[in-house]
Amino acid sequence: MKSLIRYSPLLLLALAWEAASRLELVSSLALPPLTSVLAAWFDLLINGELVSNGWASLYRGGTGLLLSVIVGSTLGIFMAWWRPVNALVGPLVELFYPMPKSALIPVTVIWLGFGDGSKILLIFLGCMLPVTIGAFNGARSSDRTLVWSARSMGASRMRMLWDVVVPSALPELLSGVRTALALTFILLVSSELIVARQGLGYLIGYLGADGAYEAMFAVVLTVAFLGFAADRAYQLLMNRMLQWRE
Amino acid sequence: MAGVDAAAVKAMPRPAPWQALAWRLAPFFSIGLLLIAWEALARSGTFTPFVLPAFSSVVARIWSDAITGDLLINTGLTLYRAIVGFLISAIGGVAIGMAMSRSVGVRWFFDPIISVGFPMPKIAFLPVVILWLGLYDLSKISIIVFDAIFPVVTATIAGIKGVERELLWSARNMGARDREMLWQIVLPAALPMIMTGLQVALPLSMIVAVVAEMLMGGYGIGGAMMTASRFADSPGVFAGIVEIALVGLVLVKGMTMLRRRLLIWHQEANEPTTA
Repeated sequence: MKSLIRYSPLLLLALAWEAASRLELVSSLALPPLTSVLAAWFDLLINGELVSNGWASLYRGGTGLLLSVIVGSTLGIFMAWWRPVNALVGPLVELFYPMPKSALIPVTVIWLGFGDGSKILLIFLGCMLPVTIGAFNGARSSDRTLVWSARSMGASRMRMLWDVVVPSALPELLSGVRTALALTFILLVSSELIVARQGLGYLIGYLGADGAYEAMFAVVLTVAFLGFAADRAYQLLMNRMLQWRE
Repeated sequence: MAGVDAAAVKAMPRPAPWQALAWRLAPFFSIGLLLIAWEALARSGTFTPFVLPAFSSVVARIWSDAITGDLLINTGLTLYRAIVGFLISAIGGVAIGMAMSRSVGVRWFFDPIISVGFPMPKIAFLPVVILWLGLYDLSKISIIVFDAIFPVVTATIAGIKGVERELLWSARNMGARDREMLWQIVLPAALPMIMTGLQVALPLSMIVAVVAEMLMGGYGIGGAMMTASRFADSPGVFAGIVEIALVGLVLVKGMTMLRRRLLIWHQEANEPTTA
């Protein structure tokens, strides 16, 4: 009941959408009624378009994000751990971090073509730096007294890295990954909208060009929901992983 | 903790002057190395000029664009769209955030929209925006605002929530009126958080501006890059990347400087900067 009241504005918006379209306040071409959008969604689900394109997008996004997390966090922690790495890589990170990553879309296409490879590379390159910076700031702020106590108790350098530096880097690293997750969706959808032959973004563009606006709205809402759900799921995971902190 | 750190800093051996110089030069070293490696790799013939045009040819391309005036038009238009979108998001986002903090009704209406809308990939709505508003600046700027306004709203709310009660009480006690409370207490105290939100919104505006231009074509760096890639003109594509990277760098650095300037009274200005 409480959440019903809390989310009632969304319900109101949905009703307003339906009413505006049914009462012809706006052209139903520009805004098809929500109910016909839902019907179109079921059609897409049944004829398999949603699932096959959804898998393609999920595969690209998941692989790219995973690669960026692995490489980015390793790089960030080593930058904090060993100064020469920071001196060499840090300026490049600082140079490329503010670059709007969507500009890489045509280059990744030149390098790897229209398929999965170019999207994975784009997401990897675009998401790596937020993770790197999160890991770097987290690892650098690791408590000096903890490092010193571990050292005085005879921990080796590698042990210290694993048992002290990595855990203390975790909170900032995980919030860097959250930024990367949001970026993954942005880059995935935009690259699929611009150049692709598969994927949810491609499906949106294809349906729109075809004039099948009900179906286009259905896919747009699906993508929006997936992004929302992924973020909520990640937040749950993040809270679990940080449970050991007070 | 602070005492320990200060002691530790003092106890550390001072680096020799040549070492200090080496650390200072290191950034130029690695950027130079990258450019040299790019040039060498391109000239070595390992890759075709289509896959990796030489850095020198990309520079030459930027130079010729600068002479014909295309550079100015394209970067100018992209900047104009991104900044107008960013400014609308900044003003609108702070206004919505403030209204949500003050009125229960506004909060009731916007809270679920913001909390559900923030993590959504709004860029997926780009074809819908095109359908409604066409292919011109109006739709490009609208999609930028739609994307960039969310972090500003959430940051404003968090900033206002974090204002110390004691500040509010003392101001009230000393007879501050509502308007004075807002401009002299609440907004300045919330400013660090608001600036953080703006620092998220600015790069986002640039990302979305480029995507919108790529999808809709026309002038602007994004549109120019798509045209170049359609004609297999890879120096043009790489020139676009270098241009947009520089524009992004200048904007983000400018924002950091603005933050330092605006928050010079705040304790964070005295802290050592990170990254």
